[in-house]
Amino acid sequence: MYSASDLRKGLKIELEGVPYDITEFQFVKPGKGQAMYKCRIRNLLTGGTQDRTFREVEKIGKPDLFDQELIFSYLHGDDFVFSDPETYEEVHIHKDVMGDRKWFIVEDMRVSILFHNGKAIDIQLPTFVEKKIVETEPGFRGDTATNVTKPAKLDNGYEINVPLFINVGDVVRVDTRTGDYSDRVSTGKKS
Amino acid sequence: MNPAATRLARLRARAGILQSIRGWFDDHGFTEVETPVRIAAPALEDHIDAEPAGDLYLRTSPELHMKRLLAEGMERIYSLGPCFRRGEYGARHHAEYTMLEWYRAGSNADGMLDDAQQLIRRVATEHRGEEPLMWNGCSIDVHAAWEHVTVADVFRRAAGWDPLASYDPDRFDLDLVNLVEPSLRTDIPVVLKDYPPEAAALASIRREPGRPPVAERWELYIGGMELANAYTELTDAAEQRRRFAACAAGRAARGKPVYPVDEAFLDALGAMPPCGGIALGVDRLVMLMTGAVDIGDVVAFRE
Repeated sequence: MYSASDLRKGLKIELEGVPYDITEFQFVKPGKGQAMYKCRIRNLLTGGTQDRTFREVEKIGKPDLFDQELIFSYLHGDDFVFSDPETYEEVHIHKDVMGDRKWFIVEDMRVSILFHNGKAIDIQLPTFVEKKIVETEPGFRGDTATNVTKPAKLDNGYEINVPLFINVGDVVRVDTRTGDYSDRVSTGKKS
Repeated sequence: MNPAATRLARLRARAGILQSIRGWFDDHGFTEVETPVRIAAPALEDHIDAEPAGDLYLRTSPELHMKRLLAEGMERIYSLGPCFRRGEYGARHHAEYTMLEWYRAGSNADGMLDDAQQLIRRVATEHRGEEPLMWNGCSIDVHAAWEHVTVADVFRRAAGWDPLASYDPDRFDLDLVNLVEPSLRTDIPVVLKDYPPEAAALASIRREPGRPPVAERWELYIGGMELANAYTELTDAAEQRRRFAACAAGRAARGKPVYPVDEAFLDALGAMPPCGGIALGVDRLVMLMTGAVDIGDVVAFRE
């Protein structure tokens, strides 16, 4: 258990079985009153945030959390199968836990998986992944503006907005946190 | 200004503010007093923890010694210096901070408000001219009339209950920081007054027929930040001893250290004249005058 005075920004705590991350933290103590710890906490299972003020006397749960670095190996039905690069031990993660990250994972990608009570609850991908564009309206040569966009499809069917100069066959970098286009890595044209 | 220049400008402003404070007290017939920093018996309060220093403690306030000087016949005294509170650390708290405390014999909580208004307006004029204070997104006019609100009214309005009708200390503290303080005006200073007798500590209690008793205590908020706490001081030594005993029992029950009772203070209290007293956080006053939102930005070093 944590004491309220252990709380700080970034600490992970557990309330009624749910793990939370403290995203904002403020020590408060009104004149003659007790010390309190105003926190904004983020539910690590749902991503939802809420405000909680803990009193000095409160004990706060310490979650059983651990991170493991794993490599994505293959798909097995609805499961993404990862393996430990050292032990080759396999870990199955259901596609529902993957969420939108399923679009950006590629074979041999090294990811960091967060387990709560032995159950995977969060997967962190590298910030950028390179993907090939397989479908989009033809590009306009010389139009290098990035604020005007058009729809495009990645090789796995994911729809993304890209600048007008992007063509089929181009490889682009996608931000895995937002699912947004970042920049172009190479063009599909042989020069 | 770059951060290094800002830091030095704030430290210079701090020195100027200390001079302004002393100037006001000089002009109003106050004597500056220095009381021991290492003390044997910090005032027993529910939620103030003292830092041990060898066999003694670092003072949490100069209050008890200053009251002994009042009992000896001093009439207008102030103290400006460091106080220490164990475990207090945040954007508005520093375990070592500078406290301004003053007492006026023959006065009361209302009288201390006159003093505080004059002092703060003078500091503001000398450091900001006619400009409002700009702090934490607020523009604050300390020269306009200050708003007065009672604890009963503001709690009913912001938290939906009246702590004077039925006092719940935990709910009081939580609702104060989460509901009441955020609801206070920030364009002018706000005086929150008439506390529940249970939250009186060293204040006297006012009893009027047909009304719940209230502690003659007020807290000053500027820009939503608590800046000062004032009392009509309790002069009844027997009542003070009862409050210390109740506080000691409460602290022991919560596993907090219990400090010895300051018998020299209790002996002197019977001879202390009726008076008003106030403590003001100087670091926070410097924050308000300089626009710094973190207390660490107005002290030279933070250990």
